[in-house]
Amino acid sequence: QKNGVSNGTLYKKTFIEHFEQAPMYVAVLTFLGFGVGTIFGYLRDFMRAWGLEKRNIATEREEQKDFVPLYQDFENFYTRNLYMRIRDNWNRPICSVPGPQFDLMERVTDDYNWTFRFTGRTIKNVINMGSYNYLGFAETDVNALKTVTIELQKYGTGICSTRQEMGTLDKHVELEKLVAKFLGVEDAMVFGMGFATNSMNIPALVGKGCLILSDELNHTSLVLGARLSGATIRIFKHNNMQSLETLLRDAIIYGQPRSRRAWRKIIILVEGIYSMEGSIVRLPELVSLKKKYKAYLYLDEAHSIGAVGATGRGVVEYFGMSPDDVDVLMGTFTKSFGAAGGYIAGKKDLVDFLRTHSHSAVYATSMCPPVAEQIIRAMKCLMGLDGTTQGLQRVRQLGKNTRYFRRRLHEMGFIIYGNDDSPVVPLLLYMPGKIGAFARRMLEKNIGVVVVGFPATPITESRARFCVSAAHTREMLDTVLNALDELGDFLHLKYSRYSKSSHPELYEETRLEFED
Amino acid sequence: FQAPAYHLILEGILIVWIIRLLFSKTYKLQERSDLTPKEKEELIEEWQPEPLVPLVPKDHPALNYNIVSGPPTHIITVNGKECINFASFNFLGLLDNENVKSAAQASLKKYGVGTCGPRGFYGTFDVHLELEERLAKFMRTEEAIIYSYGFATIASAIPAYSKRGDIVFVDEAACFAIQKGLQASRSNIKLFKHNDMADLERLLKEQETEDQKNPRKARVTRRFIVVEGLYMNTGDVCPLPELIKLKYKYKVRIFLEESLSFGVLGTHGRGITEHFGINIDDIDLISANMENSLASIGGFCCGRSFIIDHQRLSGQGYCFSASLPPLLAAAAIEALNIMEDNPDIFQTLRVKCERIHKALQGISGLKVVGESFSPALHLQLEESCGSRENDVKLLKRVVDYCMNSGIALTQACYLEKEEKCLPPPSIRVVITVEQTEQELDKAASLLKEAAQSVLN
Repeated sequence: QKNGVSNGTLYKKTFIEHFEQAPMYVAVLTFLGFGVGTIFGYLRDFMRAWGLEKRNIATEREEQKDFVPLYQDFENFYTRNLYMRIRDNWNRPICSVPGPQFDLMERVTDDYNWTFRFTGRTIKNVINMGSYNYLGFAETDVNALKTVTIELQKYGTGICSTRQEMGTLDKHVELEKLVAKFLGVEDAMVFGMGFATNSMNIPALVGKGCLILSDELNHTSLVLGARLSGATIRIFKHNNMQSLETLLRDAIIYGQPRSRRAWRKIIILVEGIYSMEGSIVRLPELVSLKKKYKAYLYLDEAHSIGAVGATGRGVVEYFGMSPDDVDVLMGTFTKSFGAAGGYIAGKKDLVDFLRTHSHSAVYATSMCPPVAEQIIRAMKCLMGLDGTTQGLQRVRQLGKNTRYFRRRLHEMGFIIYGNDDSPVVPLLLYMPGKIGAFARRMLEKNIGVVVVGFPATPITESRARFCVSAAHTREMLDTVLNALDELGDFLHLKYSRYSKSSHPELYEETRLEFED
Repeated sequence: FQAPAYHLILEGILIVWIIRLLFSKTYKLQERSDLTPKEKEELIEEWQPEPLVPLVPKDHPALNYNIVSGPPTHIITVNGKECINFASFNFLGLLDNENVKSAAQASLKKYGVGTCGPRGFYGTFDVHLELEERLAKFMRTEEAIIYSYGFATIASAIPAYSKRGDIVFVDEAACFAIQKGLQASRSNIKLFKHNDMADLERLLKEQETEDQKNPRKARVTRRFIVVEGLYMNTGDVCPLPELIKLKYKYKVRIFLEESLSFGVLGTHGRGITEHFGINIDDIDLISANMENSLASIGGFCCGRSFIIDHQRLSGQGYCFSASLPPLLAAAAIEALNIMEDNPDIFQTLRVKCERIHKALQGISGLKVVGESFSPALHLQLEESCGSRENDVKLLKRVVDYCMNSGIALTQACYLEKEEKCLPPPSIRVVITVEQTEQELDKAASLLKEAAQSVLN
């Protein structure tokens, strides 16, 4: 099914998202697959317990054998028996820049993934469909990195102090002004790590007696920040505005549980693009809801800043809204800017408060200067301040690549989740056996993909996740698509009931591309 | 068959009752007098939330940061004035070391800046693997794991092992990152007085008596002691030999946080285990950040594979966050090389610490808090003037006096409402290898002058 537009007047362009459900037999076979894996897991555990099979995992020290065991056997059942079988598809080490193509270190296992050994060879020029390199700023071009090289030579790599003590450099002030200008807000503050930005600032903003309404599929950092704050947390269904409105009404009408006092404040935590689903938040409806019920909105644009919007300003620009509509704009620099760290931007009062009360400002080291310079140069490029139109070209190229990739995958008949404009493309695999097969065979064809299974996704919905980049050329995308076509037929992955023609060359491309 | 009459009547009544219940109207247990839609709309209209953030007064002490122009090295330019740096934790002076910078430059040319992914999804670079191996070899443990941020290291390590229902004994003076890790773990926290082994033993004994009441629960409740090697808040070391004895007596695991003592204590800089001559396998987990002695960014945990490997799937800051930029990892490797090749810098640092510790004794109005070999000391007011706010203002005047005369100092900053045991306000004095003896003496005499003029 396509989730069409529900409140047409709020959206300035069509909002098309797909969450097609697979046929019933797929779910049955998936459960069957997990069942078989579990039975064999029990068998293997039994054999290991009785010494019929070698134990490969590390064990406790002799002197500490009578301590309370550190791990319960059952907690690790899934890791030991199911994850271990296909473990070679994750943590693959690379030895080059994570651009559109990279070099992988060849890794073999002699004992079914318990240990790995490097052969010393590298697999060169593997097409990279896994790294979060949306705008292609992960590059080693000498001209591009000129300023970063200079700053590294001038400042070194460390800071050795916190923001409030002796760790605020002129570079941080410059970066913060630039971020505020880029987003069109009054002020911004930057932090050294994206994950820590959420987990250390949400507790500063809300506390006991406040209510947090968080989306079902929010990232771990948001969940951790919400838990550490001590506020009450209520979950609403993913991107479902009716569910959110019901929760808001109930919260204001009935107040805090048992004491019926009014809530101090209500804050809604959402993300711009959800990294496992590829869906974009329904921002216009959300903003109208928040204005009606006087709640605050915290928008985490980790994946969407730089990747959507006509000039890369994120979901706020994508929907044609003003940054004043969102109370707290948060994002990270890891994905579209090829650096590290996070920011929070908004009104000056908000940022002043964070400067004095954020856990990160008082106890954690500030961002290191070469990384700050990389963000500055990438942002200047995006804003056109370096005198070229390269930034805008990158954003446009990303949009083109995204639409082309998604369109071709739909035509081939795969089930793809998410919004048509999101560069995160999850391709559903469903069955546990296919996870390993898919990733390994794609690597044989020299393409590196990311596969995710339980517990990061629901148990029946394992998927492969592609991250389209502006640095991918049409040839690279075509190579990947042809490989996917072949592999889809071989592994029977084309579950979609709405596949379009399997001969895309019959359509002229010019007819289908709408320039906005 | 025959059934007695009362049987039939009873069953008849039962059937009638069931039919009545089936067809009667259902009602909620807690009958709220339901609000009419109009009342609901009124409630929604009337509700006023607090402002998102309270207004911060313009003269809040933490609002205006000291801005450093240029690198925060030995000679630092703070707010436009050139000073000697006594405030950055650059203990071994590796912040502007040329070899470290060229290693970072080489890495920059090869890998760019960011890694664009978490460790599980093509974010593992060969430099990360090399750094982990080198750290494990340096600390003489089986394995090491790297995090991309120092604060996140211990804050992710503790919740990976200690869950709801487990018991953690932690020192009162533990740093904020440990407190956040404990809060995220939802375990039972038991605080013991700072460095007081008798208090800890009392708590352990109490727990033992609890265990005897419920042995089944005790068999699955994990216990941990979390201590720091060199405490950031008080500048002293934990009594590790006694802790090891307590560990084996009461079967508790030890997690050691060595952010300040890594690269400072011990003849080769291996930290407090080397300082006390303890077998490193006796400590279950050592966590440290690379932001002090190694002058890089990030943190690491090291220990036996049995323990460390678990964090690769359950350490939240490891699995759900992008990995450390390769240039910082290369800088850390080069810094480790320098530490291994020049083991005499540790002795040099210790001599300087002792010198300034002695020189700072006897300042009227200020007392030195910290061990003589600790490179991060605190200067606290001997007598508080009543409120914390006034103490802070007084210390700020001392710090400003010193800054105007060319010594950069800072006050130790805390979040007053969030700390479990708030330390008293103090001035932080940091000693690095790069400070010459004249500079140390100058700093000491300047502090004496400042205390004299401000406090009297």
